[in-house]
Amino acid sequence: MPLLAITVLGHDRPGIIAETTGVLAAVGLNIEDSTMTLLRGHFAMMLITDGDADAATVEEALGGLTADGSLSASVRVVPAEQVVSRGSAYLLSVHGGDRPGIVSAVVAEVAKVGGNITDLTTRLAGDLYVLIAEVDLPASADPATLQTALGAAAATVGVDVTLRVLESDDL
Amino acid sequence: MIVGKVLEVVRAPAQVLSKPGAVVDPTDPEIVQLAADLVATMRVSPGCVGLAAPQVGVSVKVFCVDVSEHPKARTKHGTFVLCNAEVVSASRNEKAREGCMSVPDLTGDVKRASRLVVRGQEPGTGAEVVIETDAFEARALQHEIDHCDGLLFLDRVADAHALHARKTYL
Repeated sequence: MPLLAITVLGHDRPGIIAETTGVLAAVGLNIEDSTMTLLRGHFAMMLITDGDADAATVEEALGGLTADGSLSASVRVVPAEQVVSRGSAYLLSVHGGDRPGIVSAVVAEVAKVGGNITDLTTRLAGDLYVLIAEVDLPASADPATLQTALGAAAATVGVDVTLRVLESDDL
Repeated sequence: MIVGKVLEVVRAPAQVLSKPGAVVDPTDPEIVQLAADLVATMRVSPGCVGLAAPQVGVSVKVFCVDVSEHPKARTKHGTFVLCNAEVVSASRNEKAREGCMSVPDLTGDVKRASRLVVRGQEPGTGAEVVIETDAFEARALQHEIDHCDGLLFLDRVADAHALHARKTYL
């Protein structure tokens, strides 16, 4: 059975998730992973579903949701992926005055050492810009060297950056 | 001499993990054996610092803990088993990411008290024990007491984005 990647974006109001998941259940899709948040007040949801319905059928079934133009939905087939990581996990925090180029300047340093961002949130609150990312660093990357490079990159865009080990404890 | 047997650890969504465990008679020989079995199972499980009876499929209020080797532990009471344990007082919440042998593919950010007093009974003698602890041992005790009450860390995750897929590190 194909996996489908479904996105729903647009004007927020109560009931979008209920309607979307109602449609997906009706066409026989199981929701596997999903995430939803508000991005500057806009509803933004992404889901991976498993089931027999094909992408075109699902998109058509979601038509009621998108008919008035306040929401858009997209559906496409995606292959199965494994959650595999190499190296160790770090939490990257960046904050400072808003200006263009903060995200790109900082994450470029992560990419240079082969770091993989596995979770990312950015928020603009007034003049304050904040970025929080979870980063997997390969064994070949030295966290102290990366921290220095991140500091230098952050300085060019006038923000502060910290990189710390992300630990989880088994109980 | 009681020898503990290594038991199979059950995984969510096993019903036994979501049901409050029964209060036990700590002097019951079956409970004494269970206590030994929990410790034996904890010992053979890499990185395991605590195990509650519901995790081995037995719906009772018994758990073992041993954080002696853990870098985040401050106060340590070694290996011990408590029956019918309850939290007497808890303060100074701290958030940390935790995982559980019964939920092997997920981790979650959970707030737990870092100062804790717990009261319970010792298996065998039934003597009342009061444990005053902090830091990681406090977290472990709260996690195990939750298991005995039919709760998983999933019931306490801090927010909707505080649940994470555990990655397989190669």
